[in-house]
Amino acid sequence: MNLALDLLTIVAVSLGALFFLAGTVGLLRFPDTLTRLHALTKADNLGLGLVVLGLLPQVSAPLAALGLIAVWLLAMLSGATVGQLLAGAARPPDPDRAEMPARDAVSSHD
Amino acid sequence: MTRYPVMTSALVVDAALVLLVLGLALWVTSTRAAYSAVVGFVAYGLLMAIVWVRLAAVDVAMTEAALGTGLTGLLLLGAAARLAPYEAAEVNGRPGRWLRLLIGLLCAAIALGLAAVVLMLPDPAPTLAPLVAENLPPTGVGNPVTGVLLAHRAIDTLLESVVLVPALIGVWSVAADPAWGGRPGSLPRPRSSSALTLLAQVLPPFGILIGIHLVWNGADDPGGKFQGATVLAAMWILVLIAGLREPPAVRDRRLRVLLVIGALVFIGIGVAGIWLADAFLAYPEGYAKPLILAIEAVLTLSIAATLGLLLAGPPASDHPSGGLYESKKSG
Repeated sequence: MNLALDLLTIVAVSLGALFFLAGTVGLLRFPDTLTRLHALTKADNLGLGLVVLGLLPQVSAPLAALGLIAVWLLAMLSGATVGQLLAGAARPPDPDRAEMPARDAVSSHD
Repeated sequence: MTRYPVMTSALVVDAALVLLVLGLALWVTSTRAAYSAVVGFVAYGLLMAIVWVRLAAVDVAMTEAALGTGLTGLLLLGAAARLAPYEAAEVNGRPGRWLRLLIGLLCAAIALGLAAVVLMLPDPAPTLAPLVAENLPPTGVGNPVTGVLLAHRAIDTLLESVVLVPALIGVWSVAADPAWGGRPGSLPRPRSSSALTLLAQVLPPFGILIGIHLVWNGADDPGGKFQGATVLAAMWILVLIAGLREPPAVRDRRLRVLLVIGALVFIGIGVAGIWLADAFLAYPEGYAKPLILAIEAVLTLSIAATLGLLLAGPPASDHPSGGLYESKKSG
């Protein structure tokens, strides 16, 4: 049982680290702001999520596990919002997109 | 001394961290554009917070991340944006070779002096830690940092929290005459976005909880009023930037009371200590813990309000531009 949990930790944290690496490479190599944002938010959401998932079996108290999950959720919330703001700032103002970001934002949080 | 250092993974991480911090520091000082330098400085501060965690100084790490990086970074970003129009002229008018050489030499001398002091520390280094550990139980708090800050070195903490008010007065005094008494207007108003509005509605309850938790936990674990107050101020600023609330007018009397109430309570309890405990800022026997908690609670409110207003900047006008209106219409 313990071995299986340790294996899960190793696999999940390694995968998470891989996502962070890929996200960083994307941030450095992708051609424009929107694609770079895509790379960055992948690292935040999936990378951090996998690292948290991998660390869950290793915590000693259930409260610490809740804390880890809360960190992941808060990082996703702020990452999604900052992604929206940066994308909005990077795009040239466009008259028929005036309503669009609003709907994007709401649906991406559901 | 001849023992070969064991190449553990922790050592590798620490070495990489140190190289990263040094490299980033060099880059921040050598980069020409103020904006890039500030971005580098923020990254540097976050790395420094990790360094403090590695040194087991979690209190310092939290202060570094919240105040040294988050709040200072925002202030510096605002300054960089304000100075941007003059930056080109500044780059052309760079100081002469001899002046630069002199500045470099003086900086190197300071760095060498500090390095010499650190390297010449007697072994074991002089420390007051055992004395603090011995005298911690009477204060009733479990976190030695809080014990030192509020019981053993209370006067430092008092001055630290009082100095924020003159800093805010300094910011306010930059206001133009007709704008005096009005609402601060330095906060950015990004184009209205429902993502930002949602964040400003969802995050504050959690942020306020975390802020109070940091203050309350500061008695026994790492944390404290400055870190907690910074989180509270950040939540307030988030709400202001999203346009959900207007910053208060600086002539507001309740606001001014809020700004100074923390220092006043601290001084009041300190003066009462002259009669009750025979010394300024001494706590009467058995009442140390509740008094420290009371001071922390009121100081947190004052510090949070002061930090938020520092970021909000000098009063801009009595009638704020239709920022709120705009965001309501299009959002």
